[in-house]
Amino acid sequence: MLPPRAGELSAHPTEGARPAMTMTSMVRRVWQSQATAVLVIALAIVILWYGGSIVMNAQLQRDAFENADQKDYTSAQFIAGTLNMERPKLPAPHQIVRELDKTVLQIDPSSKRSLVYHGIVTLQATLLGFSIGSILGVLLAVLVVHAASLDKGLMPWIVASQAIPIIALAPMIVVILNQFEVTGIVPKAVISAYLSFFPVTVGMVKGLRSPDPLQLDLMRTYSASRPETLFKLRLPASVPFLFASLKVAVAASLVGAIVAEVTKSEDGGLGARLLAGSYYGQTVQIWAALIAAAICACVLIGIVGSLDRVVSRRMGYAR
Amino acid sequence: MTLVGGRSDETEAVPRSPRPPGGGKRVIDIANLSLTFMTADGPVHALSNIDLAIEEGEFVSLIGPSGCGKTTLLRVIADLETPSQGTISVNGESPQEARLKRAYGYVFQAPALYPWRSIAQNIALPLEIMGYSRAERAARVKKGLDLVNLQGFEKKFPWQLSGGMQQRASIARALSFDPTLLLMDEPFGALDEIVRDKLNEQLLRLWDKTGKTVVFVTHSIPEAVFLSTKVVVMSPRPGQIHDVIECKLSRERTLDIRETPAFLDLAHRVRQGLREGHSYVD
Repeated sequence: MLPPRAGELSAHPTEGARPAMTMTSMVRRVWQSQATAVLVIALAIVILWYGGSIVMNAQLQRDAFENADQKDYTSAQFIAGTLNMERPKLPAPHQIVRELDKTVLQIDPSSKRSLVYHGIVTLQATLLGFSIGSILGVLLAVLVVHAASLDKGLMPWIVASQAIPIIALAPMIVVILNQFEVTGIVPKAVISAYLSFFPVTVGMVKGLRSPDPLQLDLMRTYSASRPETLFKLRLPASVPFLFASLKVAVAASLVGAIVAEVTKSEDGGLGARLLAGSYYGQTVQIWAALIAAAICACVLIGIVGSLDRVVSRRMGYAR
Repeated sequence: MTLVGGRSDETEAVPRSPRPPGGGKRVIDIANLSLTFMTADGPVHALSNIDLAIEEGEFVSLIGPSGCGKTTLLRVIADLETPSQGTISVNGESPQEARLKRAYGYVFQAPALYPWRSIAQNIALPLEIMGYSRAERAARVKKGLDLVNLQGFEKKFPWQLSGGMQQRASIARALSFDPTLLLMDEPFGALDEIVRDKLNEQLLRLWDKTGKTVVFVTHSIPEAVFLSTKVVVMSPRPGQIHDVIECKLSRERTLDIRETPAFLDLAHRVRQGLREGHSYVD
């Protein structure tokens, strides 16, 4: 057991005096130190943000005072001004919090001015796209692993597909699907799936090839068929790889859905919110939508992570 | 820790197959077999002019230094490698036909248990692939666990067991579908000598009780002499059979037999064979 460090000693004056630490006190200390780290970093970001807001909005504020013919202002007034502008270059954190409070908590969620409404629109496209992308990703990986010709013939196309900027491709997908009268959520889900299948394919190709030669030889001694080897060996062995890929894929799905909404903004969604905000110079609204998107991503990755832990425990991967 | 299950009535129920020396059915017949691996550094002659016949109920050990081709020979029998020339038959058929008929159980150097399956599910793996019913699978898993004395561990995952227990589980898995031929590739190589001694004794009981034909790869002279009816001494570069030594020790032998003159004499002959095959030359 390591001796407690100086910083920890001062935080827990009684800890050092104990001859042996119990399991719970150790767990508590680790948790506490992690919570401290998280708080310190969050605080640093907020301070930097406020500093940035003051610097970024300084010129706007000087212009504002000049236009109002106000010459004798104190620094406190100046700083207060930069942090409370209607259309700042960089809104201050409390402005974004106020905007989030208004658009998430105050406004009725069914209203088009509610961020909850737009968030749900985005999440629907994200989840549909994520499902399509994950299934497609796994199927492609199975094909690539089982046919050498596809490994050579398909993989370059899969890689190339990701080299095209999605922002250029998204409008074309919308137009093409529109030709076939596919509208609504589906084009957005397709764009979302386009971004999310790739990490799943790459991860699953690696995962499906992860069984060692002995494990594969074993299947051969049973003269197992390829589907049997797939279902009883390759797929279970690839589960840790699958979850690692899904975490990347779910974030990519969200990005895809938002990009699709910027292209196809009539149905609303966080992307449409971003577009409208930049149209009217509503930076507070843009930042509020960005924060909402980040929270959505965190929640989605958190859900995939919890699922990962449950499955890992059931499959004996977690010890 | 026993490899052979406890109840005495069960032991009585299994008929001892008669094993007249040299008069049984040919299980494995190898003639003039060679295998050359093509590598980037040129051809490697893993096996050269191998002639070997193994009869039903025999316990044959393949012994030799690393690189003498003993594992390759076992893999050829199992149809995990294809010979370059020569003939081989397993149960009178090609190794591939025998493999497709699931003629043998194979125990690898490492347990090769699937980490996401419990011990019971690992033992049931071949049974699932071979299409046994759920009830039959449960019955055979129970029998297998009893056989290798792993009762109570069926729900554990492999990492929760010691190396010796894992290897016993892999033996139960190889025996679960009751193949008449058991191919074992240094199954106890990674275990300490105490555990190895115990498992050797238990494997011998198992063989005596079930009458299976066993082909056993090892690089331990005492292990080979103790277990076998026939020790095949192999030599490297190219891998070939140097000598075949018949061991006519009592079937009911225990570990104590290792101190008898008969045993030491056989061990000496094996060592001499290895020396003649330049196994001790760097």
